[in-house]
Parts: sequence; C-alpha cells; structure tokens
Amino acid sequence: MKGDGREGASTERPAQTEALGAALASRLQPGDVVLVSGELGAGKTTFVRGAARALGVTEPVTSPTFTIGQRYEGRVPVSHLDLYRLEGVEDEDPALLEDYLRADSIAFVEWPQAAAPALDRIAARVEIRHAGGDRRDVEISYG
Amino acid sequence: MILALETSCDDTCAAVVDGPRILSNVVSSQASFHEQYGGVVPEVASRHHLQLVNAVTDAALSQAGAELSQVDAVAVTQGPGLIGALLVGMSTAKALASAVRKPLIPADHLHGHVAANFLEPDPIDPPFLCLVASGGHTLLAGVSDHSSFETLGQTLDDAAGEAFDKGARLLGLGYPGGPAIQRAAQEGDPAAFGFPVAMSRDPGLDFSFSGLKTALVYRVRELGEERTAASVPDLAASYQRAIVDQLVVKLERALDRGGWGVVALGGGVAANVELRERAGQLCEAREIGLKLVPLELCTDNAAMIAAAAAHTEPIPYPDYLTFDASAQAANLAV
Repeated sequence: MKGDGREGASTERPAQTEALGAALASRLQPGDVVLVSGELGAGKTTFVRGAARALGVTEPVTSPTFTIGQRYEGRVPVSHLDLYRLEGVEDEDPALLEDYLRADSIAFVEWPQAAAPALDRIAARVEIRHAGGDRRDVEISYG
Repeated sequence: MILALETSCDDTCAAVVDGPRILSNVVSSQASFHEQYGGVVPEVASRHHLQLVNAVTDAALSQAGAELSQVDAVAVTQGPGLIGALLVGMSTAKALASAVRKPLIPADHLHGHVAANFLEPDPIDPPFLCLVASGGHTLLAGVSDHSSFETLGQTLDDAAGEAFDKGARLLGLGYPGGPAIQRAAQEGDPAAFGFPVAMSRDPGLDFSFSGLKTALVYRVRELGEERTAASVPDLAASYQRAIVDQLVVKLERALDRGGWGVVALGGGVAANVELRERAGQLCEAREIGLKLVPLELCTDNAAMIAAAAAHTEPIPYPDYLTFDASAQAANLAV
C-alpha cells in the first residue's frame, strides 16, 4: 500500500461502485486489510466485488453474512469477511479470523466494528453512504 | 449405515442413516443462544460445536441403537461454511472414523440439501429440479443423478434467507427473520407496497436480493419511525411477496427450459408457507410433482449429509489421516 490520504467520490450506479473497488485493488498488496463500512444496502459487497474482480476472482462474489467468511482464488488469495452477525471478539479464539487474515491474502472486512481493534495492517477504510436512489457517496482513507 | 456430522454454521448436528432410512437425526439448535446477539457469534458457535459435538454424536448413535463400530463410514460436511466451525466437525469425524478404522466421506453441504430428497418419508430419485434457499445460499439445482447436481442459477449477492433476516432487522422483528416476517405478514396486505421483483426481466436463472433490501431501507426511511411501526404487517407482507415472487419466477423459467417432471424445495426458506403454496400452484398448473421434505430436513441437519455421502467416493482408512485438516478445510471452504 503506497500513499496516505483521503478520497471522496459519488457513484450513480453499482458498476461505478465496483470500479472504485477495482481502483483501490490496484494499490493493494498481500497481507493488506480493507475495512468496508456502511448501512444495509449501501453497496459494501458491490465494492468488494469490484475489487475482487480486479484481483482476478472470477467466481460469484456474494454476501458472506451467513458464513462470516469466504475465500476466493484470484491472482492472490482474497478473503471476504462480514462481521454483521458478530457481536464482539473479546473472547475470540484468534485462529478463527486468522484463517482469513493471512499474510498471503488480501482481506476485505464488511461490518468491521466488531473486530476493528484486533485488526492490523489496515491499508484502507472505505465508508459508503446512501445518497438517494442508486446514488452513493464513497469515501476512502488510506493508511 | 453412515454416521454423519454437520457443523458448517449455527447448529451442531449428527445423524445415523441407513439407505433412505433415518435412524436418528439430532440437531442441537442454538437459536435461543443466538437471539440475544441478533445472529450467530462464530467464536461462541465454534466453541459451542466443540462442547456439543461429542454429546450430539452420542445421542445420534444411541437413538439409532447403534455402536460406532457398526457404522460403515463416517461422513462430514467439508464446506462451504465457516472454516473454524467446519474444522470441529472434520477433526471429530476423522477421530471417530480412525478409531474404528472406517472410511471417511467428506460431503458438500449444498449436495446435502439436494440429497435430503433421497431420504424417507417419500424418497425420490433424479431427475428433478431443486430450489435450495437458505440463509447462506440460494440456487436452482438441476439434479440428474444421485452423486452431483448442476447449478442452473444462483444468487449474485444476498441469499433469500439473508434477505428475510435483514428485512426483519430493519422492521424491528426477531431472528431468524423468515418466521418473524411470515408471522407479521399474516395481518398485512402484500399489495400495500410495491417492492421491486429483481431479475424478473433478466432472462437468466440467477437471483438478486440486494436491491430489494435497499428498497426496504429507503421505504423505512421515508415512512419514519412511527409510520413504519404502524405499517409493519403491510411492509412484511409486501417484502415477503417480492422475495417469493422472484423465487417462483425463476423456478417457472427453469421449468420452461428444462422439462423437469418434479420440483423439490430445500433449505430453511422452504419452510415459508407462501413459497410452498405458490410452488404448489405452479406445479399443479403444469401437472408436475412437488416434493416437500419435512421441515427438519429443510434446515441444516446431518441426515442430509449422510444422504449425500452415500453417493460420494469414500476415503479409505488411513488415507485421510495424512491430510492437514486445517489446510483441507481452508481449501474446501473456498
């Protein structure tokens, strides 16, 4: 991950949110973790799908809410976590997230609040907000 | 006779199955546990699986009147699912199988949902079209033989059961969301709110529920807290209608393409009464069969894993002992 800073953009369609994910992906390295926040239906999974596609993942990138974690094979392994159903990780068995947060993988974490204190190597934080209809405001802060 | 374990998500499950006959099917439901958290807590779930798996296995064997030494093989869900949870089942199954020097059969969870149809009561044989809709999965499976299935269409974003869960949370209803929305919808008018039936104009067989979820977010926001609270039955009924409409539209389209003679419903969403009725009407109009498995075989259970395993290549003892269970689960969970 190179460069610090903050970027903001508005998108009109899901495809544009995917494109922002793809642009972010080009700056990531194995071991990087990206936190993706936003309300229900904001487009977090859409953003991650765009990033995963840019990293060479061809299979469907769907919401991992139910299973908590998914792993995809791209040019690098991609982990997709969703901690929506996870209340907190104070008593966490560290190995649980370690299966997904590996030095050889790029990881995207939706609903990261529950685990944020325990996550390191955070390369970027993405915040997506509803802006009416299909419009979304996307803010990315690096480092 | 197969002893099967299933620990891919919320429930710790064990079953003993002999051909199509279920000798025992034990599910240690953790729903009461999850209610206070609004969902599964994976660390606790994994630890829970660890605490429960031996007791659940013992119960399955004793209810079946069987000894471990009498089973022909031990089957286990290999994925998809949460790696830590899958590992509990995988390690336990390996230990049990190796203790009696029997083969291990890793089975696919989704194949399990399809294979639930091979079990009593009223087992059916392929070919049939199977709609699997649960919290984690939504797919149309073309089933031409016992050992596999073809994915004809699947969700591109959220699963149908997830749409129910998240909709229920938006409406302040309980968890799991499917039964909660169904209950609230009984008093409501399904035509009160026009929610989009996504993908209905898309000629393919894939599903999408994320736009519907967003539509509910906006509708709730528009209405405000007070009017939302007053409209919960109508919102629930309309939202449920939109989910079921999409499932039925795709089912219908798959029938147009396939010439299937029987439709089967599986996964937890198959418990939904409106889906059952609408699928029933569709099959009646087309004069084809509808296979509804009992509810305890729709939701996650180990009997369905045994049914899938019965048609899956076993790994002989002791070949499976050299596998690294962790790496195996990590790869299989991809």
